[in-house]
Amino acid sequence: MIIKQLTVFLENKKGRLTEVTKVLSNNKINISALSIADTADFGLLRMIVDNPEKAEEQLKSSGFAVHVNEVICMIVPDEPGGLYRALEILTNADIGIEYLYAFSSENKKASVVIRTDEVQKTIDILQENQIQLIKANQLYKL
Amino acid sequence: MIWNEYIECMERDSLQKLQGERLRKMIDRLYFNVPFYRKKLQEIGFSPGDVTSVEQLKDLPFTTKDDLRDNYPFGLFAVHQSEVVRVHASSGTTGRPTVVGYTRKDIDTWSEVMARTLTSAGANREDIVHVAYGYGLFTGGLGVHYGAEKIGATVIPISGGNTKRQIQLMKDFGSTILACTPSYSLFLAEAMLEEGLKPSDFKLRAGVFGAEPWTEEMRKEIEEKLGILAIDIYGLSEVIGPGVAAECPHKKGLHIYEDHFIPEIIDPVTLEVLPYGEIGELVFTTVTKEALPLLRYRTRDLTRLTLDKCECGRTLVRMEKCLGRSDDMLIIRGVNVFPSQIESVLLEMSETKPHYLLIVDRVNNLDTLEIWVEVDDQFFSDEIKQLENLRKKIQYNIETTLGIGAIIKLVEPKTIERSEGKAKRVIDKRKLK
Repeated sequence: MIIKQLTVFLENKKGRLTEVTKVLSNNKINISALSIADTADFGLLRMIVDNPEKAEEQLKSSGFAVHVNEVICMIVPDEPGGLYRALEILTNADIGIEYLYAFSSENKKASVVIRTDEVQKTIDILQENQIQLIKANQLYKL
Repeated sequence: MIWNEYIECMERDSLQKLQGERLRKMIDRLYFNVPFYRKKLQEIGFSPGDVTSVEQLKDLPFTTKDDLRDNYPFGLFAVHQSEVVRVHASSGTTGRPTVVGYTRKDIDTWSEVMARTLTSAGANREDIVHVAYGYGLFTGGLGVHYGAEKIGATVIPISGGNTKRQIQLMKDFGSTILACTPSYSLFLAEAMLEEGLKPSDFKLRAGVFGAEPWTEEMRKEIEEKLGILAIDIYGLSEVIGPGVAAECPHKKGLHIYEDHFIPEIIDPVTLEVLPYGEIGELVFTTVTKEALPLLRYRTRDLTRLTLDKCECGRTLVRMEKCLGRSDDMLIIRGVNVFPSQIESVLLEMSETKPHYLLIVDRVNNLDTLEIWVEVDDQFFSDEIKQLENLRKKIQYNIETTLGIGAIIKLVEPKTIERSEGKAKRVIDKRKLK
C-alpha cells in the first residue's frame, strides 16, 4: 500500500522541469502522477514513476537533488463529496495532511496521492473505513 | 620532521642577529641598485649602514602592490636582467599583472623554503608528490615542484585541470602527497566519489594546500573525504611564492621562514606596528631576495603572530591561518564582512556544504547581500517547510555571525562554479554601476 514518491529540488529557472522530463524520457521511465509546489525561489517536483530506483539514480547522476519518501494513494468516487468523506475520516482520527494531489481516472473515480505525518496509521484507518487504496504496482501502470 | 634544524630551531637571539645582518645588506642593495628605494630612503634621511638591527624596520618605508604595478614590469629589480633566470606574474584582473623575478640564488632559496614546507607536512624522498597547482606564470606549480625535487621526492607535474586524468594518475602512480588549492582538493574528492572511488583506493597521506583562504571546517572536510593530513601553506609571489610559511602536523599556526622573510603586523589604517597577538595586516621584508627585494611589503592578508613555543620544536614565529584578505573584505552597510566567515557558518551546520556565492548589490542606496547555498541531497525532503526552516536557520546563523541580514537563496547541487584555481565566491554588483 506504500508507494514511493520522488521529490526533485528545482530552482525557479527556465528549462529545469524540461531537463527532468528529458532524463526520464531518455531512460524510458513513465510518470504516473506529479505535482509541483512552488515558492518564490524554488519548486519541489513530486512524482510517482514506474521505476523509482532507476529514476533516482539517473536524476542524481544528472546533478539533481532527489529525495525518495513514502506516500499512499487512495481511490475516491469522482463526485461531489467524494474527497470530503475520505478526509473527514482522517481528521476524525487526528491525522495531519502534509499535502495531497489528485487526478481523476476512468469509471468516475479519482486517485488521491496523500502524504500524512503517520503513513501506517493512515493506511489502517482508511482500510478500516473501506476506502480503497492502490498498490504500488497498480499505480505505476496507470 | 624538520628539513633545516639549524635555522628552524635557532635561538631567537641568534636569529635576530642573522636577520639584522641580512637586513643591513639588503638596504645596501636597495639603496645602490633600485632608484625607487634610494629615493624613498633619502627622503627619510637614511644612508647605507644606518640600519644595523631588525628593530629599525619600523622606521623604514612600506612597499605596496601599486608600487610594483607603477614600476611594471622590471622597475623594482635590484639586479641586471642578465642575472634574472626566471619571471613569474600574477593575473592582472585588476590592472597590470604583478611581475616578480628570480636570480639563480633566489630559486635556490625558494627550493629551500619549499623543502622545509614539504618536510613539515611529513614528506620525504620516498614520497610521490602530485602537484596540481597550475604551472606557468603562477608560482604555485613550479614552487612546489622545486621543493619536492630538493627533498628527493618523485614529482608528478600534472598542473591544474583535467580532473579525470588527475584522479586516474593519482591512483595508478600511488601518489602520496597532494599539492593544490583547498577548494580544488574538495573538487577532486567529489569527483572521486562520483567515480565510486574511496580514500582506500589511493595512497594519499598528506596534502599541502594554499593560495586561497580556507577554514578549519574545510580542513576537517578535506581530511575526512580524502583520508589525509591537510596542511596549510602560505605564500605570495611578491615575497617568493609558496614557501613563506607552513604548518607543522600540530596545525597550530604557520611557521614563518623568517630567516628569509621578516614578518610584521601593522594596523592597516595607522600603519603602526602591532604587538604579538594582535590582529592586523601582515607585512614582509624579503632580506635575502636578490632580483626583487621588497621592503615592508604590505600583503593585505589579515592575521596575528605568536612566539609561543610549538610542540614540534621549531622556534620560528607562527602566524595564524589567514583571517581573510583586506582586498576580499566587503563593506556591506558599513560592516566589514569576510567571505570566510560565511564559509565557517555553512561548514558548522551539518545540513549544508561550503559551496556558496555572495551577491552584493545596492538597491535604493541600500546595500543588499544575497547568499546562494547549494541544497544537499542528504538533508532535503519532500516538504517545503523543511527547506524553509533550513533557509531560516542559515539566515539566522549568518546574521548572528556577520551582524547584518542576508537573503538566502537555495540553489540546485553543483550549480555554483567549482574553481580549479582560486574560488570565485563574490559578485559585487556595486562596482559595476
